Amino acid sequence: MTEAAATQALKRTPLYDLHRKLGAKLVPFAGYEMPLQYDGILAEHRHCRNQAVLFDVSHMGMALLRGDDVAGALETLVVGDIRSLGAGRLRYTLMTNESGGIVDDLMVINGGYYVVLVVNAARKDHDFALIRERIGDRIDIDVWSDRALLALQGPAAASVLARFVPASRHMLFMTMEALKVGDIRCGITRSGYTGEDGFEIAVAGEHAAELADMILGEPEVMPAGLGARDTLRLEAGLCLYGQDLDETTTPVEAGLGWTIGRRRREEGGFPGDEIILRQMAEGPKRKRVGIVLQGKVPARAGATITDRWGKDLGRITSGGFGPTVEAPIAMGYVNPDHANENALVSAVVRGQSLPGRVVSLPFVPHRYAT
Amino acid sequence: MTSMRYTREHEWIRVDGEIGTVGITDYAQEQLGDVVFVELPEVGRQVVKGDEVAVVESVKAASEVYAPVSGDVTETNEKLAEEPATVNSAPTAEGWFFKMRITASAELDDLMDTATYKDYVDSLD
Repeated sequence: MTEAAATQALKRTPLYDLHRKLGAKLVPFAGYEMPLQYDGILAEHRHCRNQAVLFDVSHMGMALLRGDDVAGALETLVVGDIRSLGAGRLRYTLMTNESGGIVDDLMVINGGYYVVLVVNAARKDHDFALIRERIGDRIDIDVWSDRALLALQGPAAASVLARFVPASRHMLFMTMEALKVGDIRCGITRSGYTGEDGFEIAVAGEHAAELADMILGEPEVMPAGLGARDTLRLEAGLCLYGQDLDETTTPVEAGLGWTIGRRRREEGGFPGDEIILRQMAEGPKRKRVGIVLQGKVPARAGATITDRWGKDLGRITSGGFGPTVEAPIAMGYVNPDHANENALVSAVVRGQSLPGRVVSLPFVPHRYAT
Repeated sequence: MTSMRYTREHEWIRVDGEIGTVGITDYAQEQLGDVVFVELPEVGRQVVKGDEVAVVESVKAASEVYAPVSGDVTETNEKLAEEPATVNSAPTAEGWFFKMRITASAELDDLMDTATYKDYVDSLD
């Protein structure tokens, strides 16, 4: 396929014209033509830590589920305690397979008489097909293909949004409300994937550009692309599916055992439950860790992690320069005996061994609303 | 008399007698985005045209820089260690990578001049 044909086949979000107008550098991502950056990744990253940025994350998969027992049906697919999730609340959880591997990481939002799932763009077709196949007889699923999702992130996000929606200021972290921004009906959650306070706002595609224009019109807000989203989530110690998580990685290995609620640990009932619960009891064979390298050379995904003597310990799954940390940072998987804080490890980059150490995640403390 | 020549991989070389100064073009730095580290060759290294001689690490990714012609590395831009972003702000001036003594000046004829390179870059967009 020629490059032009490949570009033609890419999907566009409702904010595509706005990205063009704002001078975004557009790149293919998960089948979409998405903004990588506008002003530059470093500037956008720092602006999110200091003020607020707006991301277009409309490529992510959203679906509305209805049924008599949506929570019960979902619990056959995910590790989280969904039954205890109150109306107006959301929870980060994992879909798993029979081997205990992670099929996707997602948000489950309890809207009261419905449930909304927000899943990774690259996994949405897979996830929604799996949901239809496994629990299609227990729930109705309505995939939202015409909706936009905006993420307003940063310490100024709450004061910015409150100018349009005063009620948003009082929302707690990981809660959802249906609110109007001006005249535009939105589903707003206080959540995000940057480690900062912020909101994700679902809106009908036809109103997305108007909403984005309103928010971008505020002096604290600048647009940010997927490049800054990646450096921000890495500093926040958050996993990217396809890099840090995949079907061969278990929740325990990934350090996401906390997503398995107490009742689910006792009862199981999710795919791969025996394997996962045994790993929780006995310990996994490898663990996800954070690594800070000395010097300035970043180690990227795929680089080998070794001990001080060159013995292979595992692989880096996400890595780069941390703009807020101001050092090369990475996440990867190592043998448990090297997973403790301050363990001395090296990353191999272009044949050179770069010394570093294991640090506790996140690299940059979370500053969620309290 | 100096002259600028360009490669298809977006390196430039400014030729002054037998000495060439090498860096990456404005188009290249724009494509790479924010540069956070530059790995420079050792002074004295003999390079053949097309050899990988330097690596630019941006926030996004690492990319190789190739020798535009054959020669010996005579000097590297030590300032890039402290201020790698100079590659973004002044790619064809203070953001140079290294200097080399050109040993095969005929290879310069294979490179593009400024007007040809501009047409080449325009054809990429």
